[in-house]
Parts: sequence; structure tokens; C-alpha cells
Amino acid sequence: MLHTPTTEAQACAVVASIVEARVPLAIRGGGTRTGLGRPDNAVSTITSAGLTGITLYEPSEMVIGAKAGTPLKLIEETLAARGQMLPFEPMDHRALLGTEGEPTIGAIAAGNISGPRRINAGAARDSLIGIKLINGRGELVKSGGRVMKNVTGLDLVKLVAGSFGTLGFLTEVTFRVLPRPERIVTLIWEDLADEAAVALLSGALGSPFEPMAAAHLPAGIGAEEPRTLLRLENFSASISYRAAELARLLKAHGRPELVEGRASDALWREVRDASFFAGTQEAVWRLSLAPTNGPRATAAIARTVPGARWFYDWGGGLIWLAVPVDGEAGAAAIRAALKPLGGHATLVRAPDAVRAAVPVFEPLSEPLMRVTAGIKKSFDPEGIFEPGRMYAGI
Amino acid sequence: MSAIAFPVPDAGILARRDAIIAGLAGLVAPDALITSEDERRPYETDALTAYRRMPLAVVLPSTTQEVAAVLRYCGEQGVPVVPRGAGTSLAGGAIPQEDAVVIGVSKMNRILEIDYANRVAKVQAGVTNLAVTGAVSADGFFYAPDPSSQLACSIGGNIGMNSGGAHCLKYGVTTNNVLGVTLVMLDGSIVEIGGGHLDAPGYDLLGLIIGSEGQLGIVTEATVRILRSAEGARPVLFGFPTSVEAGAAVAAIIGAGIIPVAMEFMDKPAIEICEAFAHAGYPMDCGALLIIEVEGSEAEMDAQLARIVAIAREHGVGTVKESKSAMETAAIWKGRKSAFGATGRIADYICMDGTIPTGQLPFVLERMDEIIKGYGLRVANVFHAGDGNLHPLILYNCNDPIEAQKAEDAGNDILKLCVEVGGCLTGEHGVGIEKRDLMTVQFNEADLHQQQRVRAVFDPRWLLNPAKVFPLEGRIAA
Repeated sequence: MLHTPTTEAQACAVVASIVEARVPLAIRGGGTRTGLGRPDNAVSTITSAGLTGITLYEPSEMVIGAKAGTPLKLIEETLAARGQMLPFEPMDHRALLGTEGEPTIGAIAAGNISGPRRINAGAARDSLIGIKLINGRGELVKSGGRVMKNVTGLDLVKLVAGSFGTLGFLTEVTFRVLPRPERIVTLIWEDLADEAAVALLSGALGSPFEPMAAAHLPAGIGAEEPRTLLRLENFSASISYRAAELARLLKAHGRPELVEGRASDALWREVRDASFFAGTQEAVWRLSLAPTNGPRATAAIARTVPGARWFYDWGGGLIWLAVPVDGEAGAAAIRAALKPLGGHATLVRAPDAVRAAVPVFEPLSEPLMRVTAGIKKSFDPEGIFEPGRMYAGI
Repeated sequence: MSAIAFPVPDAGILARRDAIIAGLAGLVAPDALITSEDERRPYETDALTAYRRMPLAVVLPSTTQEVAAVLRYCGEQGVPVVPRGAGTSLAGGAIPQEDAVVIGVSKMNRILEIDYANRVAKVQAGVTNLAVTGAVSADGFFYAPDPSSQLACSIGGNIGMNSGGAHCLKYGVTTNNVLGVTLVMLDGSIVEIGGGHLDAPGYDLLGLIIGSEGQLGIVTEATVRILRSAEGARPVLFGFPTSVEAGAAVAAIIGAGIIPVAMEFMDKPAIEICEAFAHAGYPMDCGALLIIEVEGSEAEMDAQLARIVAIAREHGVGTVKESKSAMETAAIWKGRKSAFGATGRIADYICMDGTIPTGQLPFVLERMDEIIKGYGLRVANVFHAGDGNLHPLILYNCNDPIEAQKAEDAGNDILKLCVEVGGCLTGEHGVGIEKRDLMTVQFNEADLHQQQRVRAVFDPRWLLNPAKVFPLEGRIAA
């Protein structure tokens, strides 16, 4: 059964009735990210589609608030009209997951959905400053607010960001925003092996010239030749200066080509959305680790998972990895490769049967799993919200 | 001053003091256990010195394992624990109680690892904030959060309170700059949360721990982000006739798409106090001062400043004075960062920490003035203008109990005002005991109960820093 509340009070009533019936409840925004996490067994669905609209926008305070079902597109257009943007460049999962529909702002919060800018400007969770959510008692709970600096009480905002609906139904979210840069350029180096490319990115990110995004696309990812990318965003005069300084600093790696405008935007959209892997039959993983360990991890994985291909974002600290689906989509080999290096792996795309059999999120240590189960119960004592979406039994 | 209540000490624990101390003595090195009254005295308060309580005992472990042993023991014995970093909390976050053991991390003060390629440092919780920057500054790096107490305050305390500072407009607060912690839980389990990578598997426990005021466990180590310093930084002083023009200029600068690395506001009393202390060359003929810092190459700073100065002129700025040397820059920041200390030389004060939407600035400043005058007191205002985090310093005489009470009442009125206009009780100092009883102004019962239920996952019996954050009445266990 599909519930489409149009007010918070209605949503509270829907949740209360589900709690009463003790049936698993799926939460849906625009439905563009439904394949994330473990497959669900929900018999009812609540959607934020009836909760839309911007509730607060103060450009001079750099803050925007909206009901959870508000299309992301509306948020981005509203911000752009005043020369602003979301700081964290949220990924669009439609290409990768083969879904349709309109992404919502609530899902950005619920999934902590970020993109290449995360390396410098933080993730969605770093810009999310306030939430309203209905917990598994049918109570409307608020945390945070509309101001950036706020340490009043426990930071439930962070806890809910990236909880994929398992802690409650978000009704409203508030984000800090940033001015849109005057000019954006991308510097591209060619022909670097992974190790050298990550060294280049580390050198750039450790320089005073503030790259806002740093990625490496090995051979065969979007082009025949390997490409190493740095994006600069700033006032125009600064861009010219910083691009020149970076080229000088990194001259040992060759001379970069400078791209801007549509070509630059399109390239970063592909990186953001991992659309190099769109439309294939492969399983897709997302590995998060210390940047200089990136090439070590992929080298180890290449030895044990035939057919693996990958690219790097976040200066090497985020690896998008595509592998053949057969069996468990390389889960054991991938996690074994990460073990000595630190970090963790999340299975982003695979058939339902694989995502049901393989831990989608990295298994946690026993004490942390206990804490995770306790937190789930503290929000959702009857276990109605997206049961098993992140971990079996939670 | 005695307006803030403490829980009645547990007589059973007080009666068992000798046995508890004997138990602790078996767990840590002899010099890590402090029991004599004289030696416990420095731990009876923090930077909220109006309140003091003598703890049962103080333990200063040297290792995570010692912290684990002591926490497990206290948990088993049902003895409250008050975690302590450097004891610089302005909110009373580290003030003990008579039936509690203080666990201080001050001996755990080593920097364990610096990794420039991955831009992180691993440090023990007792390392001071400034020592992290000190360890990497020769190589051109820094640790971004910079609370005014950074010379003394510890990373562990910063994590407990999610501390900010003057430069978080651009670089964020503690929670945006910590990637991992080693956390000891009440049952003695040691867990690693996060590490060298940028996002969490599962729930964002790191985000929950940071700012939890020592109520979920004790952090003994942290992996923090270190950033490459800009090529140069230059603070500029802008003297405005009144705070109204200064506030409007701040909004206009942000509206023009410029995010300076810092925008600090001082009113006339604050300017006078800080100038007398630091001789920073602050303009004395203005009603409100903005310190705006820009970063980058010389040419970049010139270009950004030209834009900012043009906006400031549109808003009636009087004096514009750029720092011309590293010494002048140091003096400008010394003046601002010693605002609390300098104020302490001329009067007792309590320091508020509410945040407001910056658009409400003129209204709040006017209302605040009325509130303070209504109590017959004086106030000096310093604050982080870019993010609306106010620090009114309410001046009073601590030897006059009536005036002390008025100061607390005025402070409470100001914080309620902050919440009324859409802000919050505390932007970077934490709730501690100071704002605990105002939590119901900002949160309703459902909000507070949800927080307490999460808290109970870690500490169902209210043993960890129990007198803090949540009102003593109406607490729930799970």
C-alpha cells in the first residue's frame, strides 16, 4: 500500500498506523535510488511526494530549507538564480542504477549523497544543518536548525544523514549553501599510471591552490588514454594564476591540458555519477580509503578479481569499481584486499539476489554492530522503517 | 552563584570511597591516581569557575588500555565518570561532582603520526589544539578549528564539544575536520570509528560522538584532517559607525559571493578592552569593528580586498586598516583571541555562545542591549559575524551574589532570544551545566527523549558526565 501524506500531521498518523500494524515500511522519495542497500521486504510504502516546497531561503545567510519531497532540480535552480549552489555536488544515481524519476532533497540527506567536491567542501552530512523526522513512535523529532554553528544537544542530524531511511521518515531538511564560483576550469594530465596519478593528486591537494575536485580515470574509462583531473573553482583572476602555479608545481608529470565550460562540466558529471559503468551488467562497488592506498587496493583486487575495472575520485580515496557479477560480485576478495589497507567497501549496484546474500555495507565490529542495533531500536523500537536495508536484522 | 543545581551525591558511593580508590589503584600506575584534597583541587572546576565540586578521585591514564580498565571498573561499580580534556570549558562541561571519578586525558599528549600525502594526523586526545598545527606548520600545513583557547584546550575536549573558532566560516568546525576516533565505551570496549577515509560505513557514529560532551564514551585518539595553508593571509580592520552598518556589510559581502576566511565583530566596549590588552591598533573612533581576513597570493588578496572594501564603503565604513606585517597580523588576532582573558582583567564575566540567523543581527543586538540595561549590567560583544555565533560577555562582580544572579538571568534571557529568532543556545562551547536547564526552550519533549534514547545506547544508567546537557528532571533511561 502506498501512503502519500501531504502534511506532517498526516505523515505522523500514517507512521502510527504502521507501528500499530507492525508491518515493514519502505520510504520513497523520487525513487531514483531504490536499488541502494539490501533489498527490502516492505509491504507498505510511504512517499515524500506530497511534501514539497522550499520553506526557507536566505541567500545572505547561505541557508536553504525544504520539505523532503522537494525535487532536487527545484533546489538547484532556486539556488542558481541567486548565484549559489549546494556545496557537495550530489551524485545522480539514475544512470548507474538505470532508474527514472526526479531525485528529491530528502534522499540527498537520507543517503548522505555527495560527489567530487566532497574532497574539499565536505559531504552532504557536513552541509546538512537541520532535519525534521518522524520516528518509529510516530513522533515528529527535530534536530539541528537553520544556523551553521550549533552544538546544542546530541547531533542526530549526522546520525540520520546516511541512514537510508532506517531511522525514520524525513519531512524537512535544511542545508547550508555556498556561492557559485565565478569560473571553473579542469586541468587534465594524460598517460599516468595509477600510482603516479594519485601522487599528482596528493601533491595538488597538499598545495595552497585548493583544487575542489581531484580524480583519475585509468585507460579505458571514458577514453583510451588515462586522464588525471584537477578542478579549480574561483574568481577568474585567481583561476589563471592558480592553474599556472599548479602546472608548474606538477611539471614532473607533464603539461596539463586546460578545459572549461561544457566539456569540463560533462566530464565531472561522468565522474560524479560513475556513468562510465552505466548500462553494463557488472556489479559496482564503492571503496572508501586513504588516498595513497587506492592504487594498492586496486592492484590487489586486479590480481584476484578478473575483469575488474575502476576509477578514482577524492584524490584516490574513493574508488568506483566494476566487477563481473558472478557469485558474490567479488565481495570476499575485495574486502580481503582492503583489510590490510583500512577503509571499507559498499556494494552499490548488483542484482537483488546478490545484494541479499552479500553484506552491502561493510560488516562492523561486534561492539559497533551492537551500538548500531541499539540506535536503530532507539528510533524505531518496532523495526518498521526499511528493516534490513543496511544490515540484516537491523 | 548557585542557580544551577547539581545532583545529590550518592551517599553509598561516598561511603565506599576508600574501596573505590583501592580498586582504581590496582588499574593504573601510582602517579596516575590523584586522591589527596590538595591535588584534587585543580580539578574541581573548569573555565566556568563560578561552580566547583570536589571529585571523589582523579585518574590521569597514559594509555587507551588504562582508560578502558578504569571505565569498565567505574561502570561495574556504578560510579559516575567525568571526562576531562584540558579543563577549559566555558559551559562547565568538565566540572565534576562529589561522587564522580574524573578521567583526564592530559597525559596522553603525543602526536602519533603525520601523513602529508593523505593530509591527516593521528594524535592522542590530550594533545593541545595548537600543538597539532605546531607540529605541521613548518611544512606549511595547519589544523583548521581554532578556538580562542587553542593554546590550552585539548583535541579530546574539542571533540567533546565540537569546538569551532574564528576561521570556521571557511574551514568548518571540529566535526568537519575529524576523520576518526578511538573510543572507549563504558563497558571497557575499545572501538575504532572512521580512520583515514572520508566516509563512514553504516551510521555516522563519528558525527554522533563529536559534540556528545563526554556522555557516550571517552575518546583517546583521533585522526584529524590537516590542510595546506594558503600562500598568505591578511586581516583587515573595518571601523563602522554602528553595529547596524557592520551587520549589513557582512550580509552584503556574503551576498556578493565572497566567503572571507574569517569575519569577526567587536563592539565598542570589546574594542576598548582588547586594545588596552593587546595594543593591536584597533580603531577607537568607531562603534563596531569587523576583522575580515582574506587568504591567497598577494595579488589575490588585493583583488578580494578591493571587492570587500567597495562593499564596506557602500555601508558607511569609516576606518579601513590593512595589516602590513606578520607582527601586525599577530597583534590583530591576539587582540581578538584574548578578548575573554582581557575582559577577565577588568571584571568577572560570563560568556554566552548563542547563534542567530545573521539577518537578525541588528534586532538581536538592540534587544540584547535592552536586556542587559534592564538588569543594570554591562556587556562587551565579540562574535563570529559570518555565521551569527554571538559571544556577549556579561560583566559583573562575582563577590556580589545579587549581581551574579542578575548576570545569569540576563544570559538566560539572551539565549532565549537567540532561540526565538531561529537560532540556538550554543554554537561552539557546548551545553555543559550552563545551558542544561534551557534545553527545553529549544527542544520539545519528543526531541529531548530521542536524544536521550540514543544516549542510553551507550550509557543507560547515566554514569557518563551525568549532570550535563539534559535537564535533571524528566530524564528517561532507555
